[in-house]
Amino acid sequence: MTVTEQSRRTAKAPRTTRTRRTAKATAPAWQPRTDPAPLLPEVEPHRVLGTGAKLDPELMSGLYAELVRGRRYNQQATALTKQGRLAVYPSTTGQEACEIAAAKVLRDQDWLFPSYRDTLAAVARGLDPVQALTLLRGDWHSGYDPRECRIAPLSTPLATQLPHAVGLAHAARLKGDDVVALAMVGDGGTSEGDFHEALNFAAVWQAPVVFLVQNNGYAISVPLEKQTAAPTLAHKGVGYGIPGRLVDGNDVAAVYEVLAEAVERARSGGGPTLVEAVTYRMDAHTNADDATRYREDAEVEAWRAHDPVALLERELTERGMLDEAGIEAARAAAEEMAAALRERMNEDAVLDPMDLFAHVYEERTTQLREQERLLRAELEAAEADASEGDQH
Amino acid sequence: MATAVKAKQVTMAQAINRALRDALAEDPSVHVLGEDVGRLGGVFRITDGLTAEFGEDRCGDTPLAEAGILGTAVGMAMYGLRPVVEMQFDAFAYPSFEQLVSHVSRMRNRTRGAMPMPITIRVPYGGGIGGVEHHSDSSEAYYMATPGLRVYTPATVEDAYGMLREAIACDDPVVFLEPKRLYWSKSADFSLDAPAAVAPPGKAVVRRAGTSATLITYGPSVPVCLEAAQAARAEGRDLEVVDLRSLVPFDDETVAASVRRTGRAVVVHESTGFGGPGGEIAARVTERCFHHLEAPVLRVAGFDIPYPPPMLEKHHLPGVDRILDAVERLQWESEYVAGGAD
Repeated sequence: MTVTEQSRRTAKAPRTTRTRRTAKATAPAWQPRTDPAPLLPEVEPHRVLGTGAKLDPELMSGLYAELVRGRRYNQQATALTKQGRLAVYPSTTGQEACEIAAAKVLRDQDWLFPSYRDTLAAVARGLDPVQALTLLRGDWHSGYDPRECRIAPLSTPLATQLPHAVGLAHAARLKGDDVVALAMVGDGGTSEGDFHEALNFAAVWQAPVVFLVQNNGYAISVPLEKQTAAPTLAHKGVGYGIPGRLVDGNDVAAVYEVLAEAVERARSGGGPTLVEAVTYRMDAHTNADDATRYREDAEVEAWRAHDPVALLERELTERGMLDEAGIEAARAAAEEMAAALRERMNEDAVLDPMDLFAHVYEERTTQLREQERLLRAELEAAEADASEGDQH
Repeated sequence: MATAVKAKQVTMAQAINRALRDALAEDPSVHVLGEDVGRLGGVFRITDGLTAEFGEDRCGDTPLAEAGILGTAVGMAMYGLRPVVEMQFDAFAYPSFEQLVSHVSRMRNRTRGAMPMPITIRVPYGGGIGGVEHHSDSSEAYYMATPGLRVYTPATVEDAYGMLREAIACDDPVVFLEPKRLYWSKSADFSLDAPAAVAPPGKAVVRRAGTSATLITYGPSVPVCLEAAQAARAEGRDLEVVDLRSLVPFDDETVAASVRRTGRAVVVHESTGFGGPGGEIAARVTERCFHHLEAPVLRVAGFDIPYPPPMLEKHHLPGVDRILDAVERLQWESEYVAGGAD
């Protein structure tokens, strides 16, 4: 018996003398819009590694190579901040399983909506890392054509990219296109109004969108218990009529499985899914942050023992799906990526100050043309001064 | 004769409705969304009949959430659609500010032109209809202060149609401010079946030529200024009235040319004076026309107060008398004598 049937029954007024006498006063029939039970998330985060579940060897070795590469990418990008080659880098060290799985479950025509922390997901999807890091390098706000790679620009204002994902998925569905949007957000972002509005619109429109919340424990310094009183973040879906899924965010096989199911559900017209991946940010919020001010070493160490790269490496080795040669090959490929990235980021960015005026509007306004002339004159004067200085 | 004219008269609301209908009919990528824009036809009936004609996918109701409306419109535009969103009232648009300021206005620039935002945001704005709190704001200064947005506001039935069509066709985001107290203003010259061409957006228009002073205005204050100009004739003043039409981009050329001709200027708007559009306009006029000015540029604006309750709004809104009083203060004779008698 479904809840709907139950409620229809209970919606009938109880047969008391009073209601018989005043039958016309009976409240209008009421029933819940949907049965909440199937929307509830898992009791424990879903796990695959260590459970003896069947693993697809090809998929796993691919994910392993990406995890190793992702870890190296995080290290390299952090190092680039110390060399002054990146203005800032919000690391996903410890969260690579989520980043990689999010990129890999999507088909070519699907769209990824990353937050500012999710450059790794964009890179794992095939985006040139130099282009992915443009915002954080600071030579422009975004370094790629979103339509070419179907990756929305990194979004810094928290959760504001979620309604974009819903709108895009809705538009694709209106056009009859087979497109799913996967939007990424953190635990802190779930407190934003845009998170709420995006989930609500997605549910009402039954938009083909998947929301991936990486619960890494902290919004900069603020722990989850100060962020929400919800049983889990996945439970937040229930209020919108969206199924919530809870998954171990460091178990790449589990994250991939849950996201793949959610993407398939969206693709087949089943509507949106909210996935909470429980993970941990091993590094500070960014290179500019000091995490020792708000969390204990013991907590960090506990999570280090549940490292996503080590977890898969151990499992695949134990199952005989990975050997020393395989590990070495993955590490060598990662080193190669890091060396190439380092080399390219060490080149000075090519900047044209006139770009500041070029894309504000389709055509520069009279006022912007005046300001462009002003800046050009300043630059020419500075250049003339410099060359005069050279002559002396 | 009166009857014949009446039969042909078209309201601004009808002209806007027709502009939406024609845009929907001509371009399948145009989608109208907002609160109550579907079956009801909008609280001002601007979208009347559109859902019936084009279906809910083309003109449909959304959940009641302005940030969500504009945020999803961004996603729709990313996918190549041309959303036209309705914010039910000026002050109801505020929840959508983050999407507007952080994404709508910046997406083209952020992506070096790869992803423009052809979104039209219709906002019924301004006072004079007896609305209770939050239904009468003049919010244009917020929009003007946000680079990347175009800000249009029509004052005539013809412009309401023509400028909205331009806004929807434009690849830049346009905040289309509809003076709600002019929704029922009428034009006998406007034909729904053969709409006349209007000046391109971004160009101001001289609504009344004059020689004594220039009233620089827009939107709901245009008819008030025309009325003031009419009344000024009795006082021997021949006022020119410039309708800006587009606050961004701003037509410095037309405005400055008018002030150079007349030598005096008053900026008139409902929005608050302090930090309002008038300060920017007065500065621009002064920068360009200093040697032609016979007097400082004055402003007649709403008071620097939260929009008043309806029973008091008549004291707040710039009216004919306040405009003419300002005109009288334009130093027609040398009133100021340095070190003069006290």
